[in-house]
Amino acid sequence: MPTTGNPVLNLSVFAVFVLITLYIVYRVSSRNVTASDYYAAGSSFTGAQNGVALSGDFLSAASFLGISGGIAAHGYDGFLYSVGWVVAWLVGLLLIAEGLRNTGRFTVGDVLAFRMKQRPVRAAAANATLVISFFYMIAQMAGAGGLIALLLNVTSKWGQAILIALVGMVMVLYVLVGGMKGTTWVQIIKAVLLLLCVTLMSVFLLGKFGFSLSAIMQQATENNKLGEAVLDPGAKYGFSAMSKLDFVSLALSLVLGIASLPHVLMRFYTVPNASEARRSVVWATWTMVIFYLCTLVIGFGAMALVGTDKIAAAPGGENSAAPLLAFEIGGAVLLGVVSAVAFATILAVVAGLTLAASASFAHDVYANVIKRGNAEPRREIRVARLTAVVVGILSIIGGIAANGQNVAFLVSLALALAASANLSTILYTIFWRRFNTTGTLWSIYGGLGSCLVLILFSPVMSGAKTSIFPDLDFAWFPLGNPGLVSIPFSFLCGFLATIFSPREPEMAAKAAEMEVRAISGIGART
Amino acid sequence: MGAAHEGQGYMTKAMRSPGEAQHEYRESRGFASFDDPDTLSYVDSDGTPKFELIRQTEEFRTLRRRLTTFIFPMTALFLASYLTFVLLSAYAKDFVSTKVIGVINLGILLGLGQFVTSIIITLGYARYAKRRLDPQRKLLAEKTGVEE
Repeated sequence: MPTTGNPVLNLSVFAVFVLITLYIVYRVSSRNVTASDYYAAGSSFTGAQNGVALSGDFLSAASFLGISGGIAAHGYDGFLYSVGWVVAWLVGLLLIAEGLRNTGRFTVGDVLAFRMKQRPVRAAAANATLVISFFYMIAQMAGAGGLIALLLNVTSKWGQAILIALVGMVMVLYVLVGGMKGTTWVQIIKAVLLLLCVTLMSVFLLGKFGFSLSAIMQQATENNKLGEAVLDPGAKYGFSAMSKLDFVSLALSLVLGIASLPHVLMRFYTVPNASEARRSVVWATWTMVIFYLCTLVIGFGAMALVGTDKIAAAPGGENSAAPLLAFEIGGAVLLGVVSAVAFATILAVVAGLTLAASASFAHDVYANVIKRGNAEPRREIRVARLTAVVVGILSIIGGIAANGQNVAFLVSLALALAASANLSTILYTIFWRRFNTTGTLWSIYGGLGSCLVLILFSPVMSGAKTSIFPDLDFAWFPLGNPGLVSIPFSFLCGFLATIFSPREPEMAAKAAEMEVRAISGIGART
Repeated sequence: MGAAHEGQGYMTKAMRSPGEAQHEYRESRGFASFDDPDTLSYVDSDGTPKFELIRQTEEFRTLRRRLTTFIFPMTALFLASYLTFVLLSAYAKDFVSTKVIGVINLGILLGLGQFVTSIIITLGYARYAKRRLDPQRKLLAEKTGVEE
């Protein structure tokens, strides 16, 4: 085990960050009273602030640790993730952000149920949100486990489990104390720190190699057992017909799933209007482009300076490439800073996820399904806070179970789920007037259900050495990522169910309202 | 009923919304009914916009056409470009492995090209929205007397 800095130093940098952010969260949220404050920060953020926070949702453990690690281990195939992550913002910008901002208030359910029968659609939207957020959260918690292992040199599974539980508790605290406003501020602070951190590391690395990316990659090939082949496609996905298809499926899930994630969709409500929502996506695109250019440098830099074998052998595996590189170029102090930032990233992202899940349960299920729209706002928020605690506990358990998996890969499953359940339904409901309640339910459940079934019977769960249950074999679906099948399937389900079910003339007025609001913003001020 | 409750929620919120927005809202409504009583009113007596009427105005149709003729072709374009990159990476390994600058190969450059097209489309849309969509939204708001 290579020594990786001073655990006490690492911990103190991190503790300082947590204390400062907790203080800020406490300060900004002393007037945390209405539902709009708790769920959507009173829609008070500017486009620029929200854009940075939006990108903060993505500059997560999965991106920073998972993708730089993916590049450090698999070269070209890791880089493919970065591309998907950037291009995906166009889906959010062109198709989703403004229409969503104009028609909803707090949750995805608001938009999907706008002109449909309230109870079944809200219940379906909440189910989808909870499942997607849970998968995404497990990925983040697994990342936390790997990072802790590296930072504090905790190698026993039990020690890591206790630390994952601690991380979970801090993040629930953020949500309970700060609501959306506090969570957004944590996200902004963290995104700025992380961007500074990766930019400085990249500039330093490039400087070290005479500002030639080619030189870094050249040296990288010497520290990877594949040699120059690592710069070509196929290092991770190989060349069988199935693995190529699996790769295409993953790429599709990435590009369509990112802007369909519930906690990202919820971010469009924290700005006052649609043009600020548009501005926030423009900001997010810029920060994402810079960030992913940097991960390319950092990934190959880690391969060049640390070496793929050493990364694979470190506690935390691939996920530890960026922290190891930080130690290599800046010693214990830089490792402490990078790790604290990465840790903060996990905390902030998981807090956002918890908020999305608890909002969906409290606002859609409790207030609109159980109480039929007559819930007292204070009780609704109490339910939301209670849900946040439950979600926190579940994610701690899930995170402990998934400890050790590559986090970028776990995230890709959540993205497949999000694209399958949410994207088709949102697009239909905003842009297709004929779409009705039956179609909505079919496209949500068809997408979510097919995606879950295919994951269950894929090599991810059983039948391969890398499966979650390696000793069992009940896999019959050959692809690791189901997006290629389940995303078109959900579009098809929504389409067929709509045209084979009767129109809903009683919803015509709501449909007209939705169309006008989504496109023009008239009547959208909330 | 959930829907009715939601609708009311929006309106009470809208009436309460602070400062100048509310001011403009009242002013424009007053203008429409005072100046020309025969003109079609796009707002109910209780202040709810008549969405079906607004939807049928020429201004709204123009706005909708301008929006969809931009976003759908652009979506098709960037998806096609992204999928081309992905499919080339998966099925034309030798082609994308061609070295171009030092050890940097065509595939990496194509990937970085996706970054560039993303920026271009993002800025292009922001510009289009500012020049062609937002002014049209303003026209519509002026005609109907309903602010955002």
